[in-house]
Amino acid sequence: MNAKMVDFGGWEMPIHYGSQITEHHQVRNDAGMFDVSHMTVVDLNGIKTREFLRYLLANNVDRLKTAGKALYTCMLNEQGGILDDLIVYFMRDDWFRMVVNAATREKDLAWIIQHAKNFSVEINERTDLAMIAVQGPNAREKVQQIIAHAEQQSVPQIKDMPAFNAYELSDYFIARTGYTGEDGYEVILDNALASDFWQKLHQLGVKPIGLGARDTLRLEAGMNLYGQDMTESTTPLESGLGWTIGWEPTDRNFIGRSVIDAQRQAKEHKIFVALVLEGKGILRHDQRIMRDNQDIGVITSGSYSPTLEQSIALARISPIVEQNVAVEIRGKLIPAKIVKSPFVRNGKSCLP
Amino acid sequence: MSDIPGDLKYTKTHEWLKILDDKTLVVGITAHAQDLLGDMVFVELPELDTSYNAGDDCAVVESVKAASDIYSPVSGEVIEINEALTDAPEIINKAPYEDGWIFKMRAEDFDEVENLLNANEYEEFCASEEH
Repeated sequence: MNAKMVDFGGWEMPIHYGSQITEHHQVRNDAGMFDVSHMTVVDLNGIKTREFLRYLLANNVDRLKTAGKALYTCMLNEQGGILDDLIVYFMRDDWFRMVVNAATREKDLAWIIQHAKNFSVEINERTDLAMIAVQGPNAREKVQQIIAHAEQQSVPQIKDMPAFNAYELSDYFIARTGYTGEDGYEVILDNALASDFWQKLHQLGVKPIGLGARDTLRLEAGMNLYGQDMTESTTPLESGLGWTIGWEPTDRNFIGRSVIDAQRQAKEHKIFVALVLEGKGILRHDQRIMRDNQDIGVITSGSYSPTLEQSIALARISPIVEQNVAVEIRGKLIPAKIVKSPFVRNGKSCLP
Repeated sequence: MSDIPGDLKYTKTHEWLKILDDKTLVVGITAHAQDLLGDMVFVELPELDTSYNAGDDCAVVESVKAASDIYSPVSGEVIEINEALTDAPEIINKAPYEDGWIFKMRAEDFDEVENLLNANEYEEFCASEEH
């Protein structure tokens, strides 16, 4: 498919197949597919899995009451720093599935296995599985066509599946999740079936999308990128992810809790904000943010927004009440404004 | 390999340079460079009537992916800038050797122009960079 390839955590990945901006619009306006097989799929089995995850994860898996329900959560270290962000799916009482980042695979697995010992939970990394994300307003319909053909009938469990749920068929694990701010599915399937599924999507007009557009799509959607917007030395509160923490019940003991409880009480931590550049230029990772001649923070992710046709960013700054700041770009201070995240949802600007 | 016109001069930092009849110079970035950078979304043009030494960073082009400095291919004064790029930086992607030119300059020393790479040398240089 004539892709520009790049090394990404040991995986040979496409940055873009043609124009990155065209690919971006393809997902916002129609449907695009991403080969995200580098993501790590981990199955946790055993009757004490829920109890284990209540301890392992910062969000509370007790929010997952019905089979197939998904939850976005951070996994913290003892200092409240983010080891990884992940999605956990509750499939059965003795089976939960997690999808974690590729770059953090080894440390994640070591951490999970180490802590699972006390719960006799079995950890199975599913290297036999591939993952294809199909995203955009027409994405679900295209996947449903392929599934209906394969199963020789329409599958209402897929068709009528609410957002942030998954359903398992014999050959496909289909989740209504994603990393673009659009509707769509993430499909987990056997490595041997992945190429055929990809070709079928392509025949239905779903275009392949590279890592470049994946980054601008997730940024417009106000979604964090691990290793850039958050690391082991930042907490969820400093990363705009306070909403993912299961604070209740207060007696649930999870790894990192005491530190982030104290941080939440003290209310002095850095805040995570969305920025729109008001002057000319492009916001980039590591640019400094200034206010009244004081350096108040740094851009963690910045780029050009193809949907808004202006530059946007995520940034970590000292708490301020004002909305106007300046960003230092090549020695010049350019005005920028703090806005509410996300920037774009379901193809439309969320800016006032 | 991307398009490399035979009548232009080139730098190892992927600028091209064309000598006009009145001996003024036009500068832009090569098809290969715009292809590597991808979709252009911002151009910071050089300052008009300003002199730069050969190798000075004098302009910036930014694609969705990254910012990239443009270096003055020779020493001289900037006499014209392509204002059209301010509102439509994608012209560089569409026509890097024509409408996508970035600035015009007057060289201080024409020997510097002669010492730049010719098309064959630039092609060889690009090939060596890929390995």
